[in-house]
Amino acid sequence: MARYDRAITVFSPDGHLFQVEYALEAVRKGNAAVGVRGTDAIVLGVEKKSTPKLQDSRSVRKIVSLDTHIALACAGLKADARVLINRARIECQSHRLTVEDPVTVEYITRYIAGLQQKYTQSGGVRPFGLSALIVGFDPDTGVPALYQTDPSGTFSAWKANATGRNSNSMREFLEKNYKETSGQETVKLAIRALLEVVESGGKNIEIAVMTKEQGLRQLEEAEIDAIVAEIEAEKAAAEAAKKPPSKDSLV
Amino acid sequence: MECVFGLVGDGFALVAADSSAVNSILVHKSNEDKIMILDSHKLLGASGEAGDRVQFTEYIQKNVHLYEFRNGIPLSTAAAANFTRGELAQALRKDMDNHLERSELKSLDLTPISVGIITSKFVVTTILAPSVGTAQPKGCIGNGRDSSIAGYDKDIGPSLYYIDYIATLHKVDKGAFGYGSFFSLSMMDRHYHSGMSLKEAVDLVDKCIVEIRTRLVVSPPNFVIKIVDKDGAKEYAWRETIKDAEEPTA
Repeated sequence: MARYDRAITVFSPDGHLFQVEYALEAVRKGNAAVGVRGTDAIVLGVEKKSTPKLQDSRSVRKIVSLDTHIALACAGLKADARVLINRARIECQSHRLTVEDPVTVEYITRYIAGLQQKYTQSGGVRPFGLSALIVGFDPDTGVPALYQTDPSGTFSAWKANATGRNSNSMREFLEKNYKETSGQETVKLAIRALLEVVESGGKNIEIAVMTKEQGLRQLEEAEIDAIVAEIEAEKAAAEAAKKPPSKDSLV
Repeated sequence: MECVFGLVGDGFALVAADSSAVNSILVHKSNEDKIMILDSHKLLGASGEAGDRVQFTEYIQKNVHLYEFRNGIPLSTAAAANFTRGELAQALRKDMDNHLERSELKSLDLTPISVGIITSKFVVTTILAPSVGTAQPKGCIGNGRDSSIAGYDKDIGPSLYYIDYIATLHKVDKGAFGYGSFFSLSMMDRHYHSGMSLKEAVDLVDKCIVEIRTRLVVSPPNFVIKIVDKDGAKEYAWRETIKDAEEPTA
């Protein structure tokens, strides 16, 4: 097996591209990221690993906007992400320049995925080690969309998805609890999914909401703390309701 | 016959441009908007050949937007002016037949043509055309595109830059291009003083327009005035003598 993972362009006998699979491993080590699509908003959330005391946390933005109506969050190698994000931003403006129309979410996802695929079929390069969650509103239909790409260059649309560390647990949670939501409910659902795998608290979570009217809005730490408190209260209430009747009544 | 001029007032900058689109002796339309809004607080007024003008101004606008997405903050007016001038200067020196290495900032694959842009503060004349299936004309200098860039920065206030078709860049309080400049500059020299109020400035613009209409042999009938102040760049008014005819109803 060792012979087949050195060069990206070489298949193994059982049909694997090992470099791509190793890139997926890199993604699995990256911070947790979740995206939830609502009827009028799409929420992106990422786990913020503890920031060193001396670091200016404002310079580490994990949810970025590609255009006024498109945003992206990713898990994996952050430096690779910077390169892809730069190319995507240029493509957004280039598209506007040549066809006088903003990109659709699917178009820019296809572009990013295409870039990722190119690097799985070239000599001497390695694949991008990141999976991206791309959200936005289509400019003419106004329909919200959430797409995911991965290092192999495949992409698909999702109602809700997670990537990065412990993404399986988050996805399981979303599969069990997803329903069509709007506004604040969508935000809560995304935070609840993240809280499954992340220490609770505003300083460990970064949340951004994309709406048609306001574009991308990053939530303040205080706002996130407030919603987390709401969720904990709801959880506590649910637990209390499920608890067996108190001993007194059994006397 | 194109006239573009601008001035800086108290807390605002103003650009006025004629609005006729002309091809030799034919007037295509009289309500062509030649002042492009680059971003929330910048205007680019350009004169020159229509195709070149639009190509260039749109190219500058998209690059200004790209900067804002990449860096999270908008370009300053001075930076936008210098960028525009630089693009223009590069276009003038580019070898059109052999596509040489392009600058990193021009990540949009463009081949320069000449264009003049005027940002509410700058007048730039350079045109860049996307290389995607566009004809590449020989010769770099078009009919002398000029532009002026006007912008408002929170820390500096309003500013106006003059950029002409050979990439001259000047920061000015008042500037003008085209045949109309002979008349509007003289009027502005006489009546302009720094810190004019919006009303005074628009009166001055109207005076210039009257001069142009009276004294220029084939003067443009309609003008558009746009301003940029702390609240942003917006259209202020039209000065029309000829309204394009309404479509006849069936």
